[in-house]
Amino acid sequence: MRELNLTVNNQSYRLSVPPWRTLLEVIREDLGLTGTKEGCGLGECGACTVLMDGRAVNSCLVLATEADGREITTIEGLAQGDKLHPIQQAFLDHGGLQCGFCTPGMIMSAKALLDKNPTPTEEEIKQGIAGNLCRCTGYTKIIESIKAAAKNMEAK
Amino acid sequence: MAEFSVIGQRVPRVDAKEKVTGQAKYAADYSLTDMLWCKLVRSPYPHARIVNIDTSQAKKLPGVKGIITGKDFGGWTWGWMPKTRDEPPLAVDKVCYMAESVAGVAAVDEDTAEEAAELIKVDYEELPGVFDPEEAMKDGAPQVHDYVKNNISVQYHWDFGDVDRAFAESYLVREDRFRTARATHGYLEPPAILAYYDPTGYITVWASKQSPYFHYRHLAACFKVPLSRVRVIQPFIGGGFGGTKNDSLAGDFCAVLLSKITGRPVKYVESMEEELVTSRRRHSFVIYSRMGVSKDGLLKAIQHRVIADGGGYTAIGPLSMYLGGFMTTLPYHLPNFKYDVYRVFTNNPIGAAMRGHGVTHTRFAAEIQMEMLAEELGIDPVEIRMRNAIDQPKPGEIYETINKVTLKTCGLKQAIKEAAQDPLWRDRDKMPKKGGNISWGVGLSGTSYSGGARQMGHQACAAIIRLCEDGTVNLITGATDCGQGSDTVLCMIAAEELGIKLEDVAIKRVDSAYTPVDPGSYGSRVTILAGQATQKAARQVKKQLLEVAAQNWQAKAEDVEIRLSEVYLKSDPSKKMPFSKLARIACYSGTGAVIIGTGYSSYGLEPLDINNGIGNGGTSYSFTAQTARVGVDTETGQITTTDFTIASDCGRLLSPIQAESQIEGAAVQGLGQTLYEDFIMDRGRTINPTFLGYKMPHALDVPSIKLIDIVTDDPDGPFGAKEASEGSIVSAPPAVVSAIHDATGIWFKELPVTPEKVIKALKERT
Repeated sequence: MRELNLTVNNQSYRLSVPPWRTLLEVIREDLGLTGTKEGCGLGECGACTVLMDGRAVNSCLVLATEADGREITTIEGLAQGDKLHPIQQAFLDHGGLQCGFCTPGMIMSAKALLDKNPTPTEEEIKQGIAGNLCRCTGYTKIIESIKAAAKNMEAK
Repeated sequence: MAEFSVIGQRVPRVDAKEKVTGQAKYAADYSLTDMLWCKLVRSPYPHARIVNIDTSQAKKLPGVKGIITGKDFGGWTWGWMPKTRDEPPLAVDKVCYMAESVAGVAAVDEDTAEEAAELIKVDYEELPGVFDPEEAMKDGAPQVHDYVKNNISVQYHWDFGDVDRAFAESYLVREDRFRTARATHGYLEPPAILAYYDPTGYITVWASKQSPYFHYRHLAACFKVPLSRVRVIQPFIGGGFGGTKNDSLAGDFCAVLLSKITGRPVKYVESMEEELVTSRRRHSFVIYSRMGVSKDGLLKAIQHRVIADGGGYTAIGPLSMYLGGFMTTLPYHLPNFKYDVYRVFTNNPIGAAMRGHGVTHTRFAAEIQMEMLAEELGIDPVEIRMRNAIDQPKPGEIYETINKVTLKTCGLKQAIKEAAQDPLWRDRDKMPKKGGNISWGVGLSGTSYSGGARQMGHQACAAIIRLCEDGTVNLITGATDCGQGSDTVLCMIAAEELGIKLEDVAIKRVDSAYTPVDPGSYGSRVTILAGQATQKAARQVKKQLLEVAAQNWQAKAEDVEIRLSEVYLKSDPSKKMPFSKLARIACYSGTGAVIIGTGYSSYGLEPLDINNGIGNGGTSYSFTAQTARVGVDTETGQITTTDFTIASDCGRLLSPIQAESQIEGAAVQGLGQTLYEDFIMDRGRTINPTFLGYKMPHALDVPSIKLIDIVTDDPDGPFGAKEASEGSIVSAPPAVVSAIHDATGIWFKELPVTPEKVIKALKERT
């Protein structure tokens, strides 16, 4: 077992985990934060995307021990109480979701993108979410949502 | 046109907030105290006799609580029709496809369950396999099942008009062989279930099912318990698209049986690799198509001989074969049609339903062949379609095809006109045709799909609306929103009918202990059928409320109107009150009455002959004209899709954001099966069982999509609605392939059109 100090959504955790446990398993099963989804488990679909020190990572490919001392943000950490994060609000307003299974990962990738590049071009948005598959929407309304989020966040 | 207050508004999904905050719970997100984990043992052979299963080592592993094999299900099998119940929950005597399940284990955690599954030793005697359906039909081929001859699992032979005479009289006849891809649904949520068989004999499951009531029947039959003791609770569903999530799976039956044996809840979550290797995917069709036309390009006859890869079991195959034929008489006038279809057992994974079910294959063949004939005749792609397209019937009139498919509305000609006027098509000759290695081309298609599907006995579909004393309502249906947005649409229908705000309608998902039975999500049936049921339930609630208001104002019920949550007298609008007040008056009237409305769908109940392909397989039909622009890299064979314009006659878009998203998503799924997606198989083994290898479109592959809405207001649909989405998974493949032809001069008849195929064809051309 390995000792682990994690900060998830601004809350500190001290955990003891087997060395093969992934960050995704820790988030979903040990911390009960099931908003982060497991799709393929191979880093191909992006459903498990979370932010680690501000960078988007596939949490299924990160060993929990690699996240020791890091700061993790999951989908549950975006809204401020009842107030949605502007990216969440834009996905809601512009229909950037259907079944919702890719949505948490998609929103986290969008956040990583906009934090780094607040005024992305359409091509940069597509690049930013190229690691996140969505089978329902055909991406069109997701791209529109991210554009709208960028605009709203810039205006503030 | 009626003026609507809720219908047609660009409102967010009713479940959007739960989904964007990560609060929406899917099957794998549920856990219970004391829960065990289930894992399956799967066959490493595509066709083999099971000689012995030794579970002794696994039993000794600490933490293992239960192990089951096929025999523990007592010989029970299931399937779509009584005569096709050929599939056991776990294989008993032999396995019929690679990775078929042979044993299940429950243990205290996932790792222990996995370890135990690896310790179960199964001895097999490998049998000769058969993997090509055309080979499997031949005498002497290995037999997958003994109950049919020559591996023919399903066959239909339909003959309308006189095709031989029509071909003899045709000016031009073509014969071509087409093949469609081995495509799958590609939802991101792997199938999952949490099951609890309690000691009093009740089964409760949280399962990712888009047809939860099929699962409910399967569990009652398998475990021999009354339906009233099977409780399927619907979590959020992470995408469906037909097939796998319409059906029950080995993991479902094993989780329930292991719960029964151990007395503890059991959870099973499939890995994506297991899913991609075993999913009940779209059938791959080989289509021998013969088409005859007059000198003017008028269709005289189509003859289709179809051989479909059925894989190891029948599943929903009979319906797939029916759907592959009955709509070939749409959307163009077709006086003569012959259809001979064979669904053939092989030792490949099971062929079943997927969005655009059956039709994407045969319509692809017919569209491409019609364009090939038009090219030979020197007729423009728009012109050949306009000459053959079915006209919009006049109000009150009905168009009937040769196999008695009936249309009350048909916006195809309007859709083709609008698509042809759109700059993508209109200005196609002004756009560059060549730039470096890239050849550009634009293509067109004109297609149809049915909505409000009918499936033999499984027609029951109801809605219940319960008025709360504060003026809000609960909408209770058996319908499943697996992502398509139907919960939002049904709430909008209820709000519109009742004259209240959308936010005053609440909906939750299926719980078979409380919600009415329903066939689930397939065949674009929910908006039309559950929509009609909701409409009727709302009208019943409204009728009761109008009477209460009338009594209160000593007026006639016909004089009372409810709109935008205000109740007033039409003859004297100064007499008014908020809807919430009327609700309170009604609920506190002291009569003991509770205001509940019920309704069930009644569209499409006329006779349907599935075996002979006669009659309506749906309630109404959508029509789509689509154009596509592609660039073909003649050096690498890579195809880039830059633009889609899709003109859809969906009757009326009730919830535009949801409908648009459905149309866009289905078109991109159609693009995937046209250019990228295909399981590469080697003697029953899937070579590319990962998303990376299978290659679904990602954001960079997606064209800019323009939608054009053709409103036809079908009388057989709530507020004029028809289906939206299955239309564009049918329209996309022929539009893209026709664009590739425009760019290269080559007709591709096998999907997907991979860079390898492009390079090979370009080399052969020179």
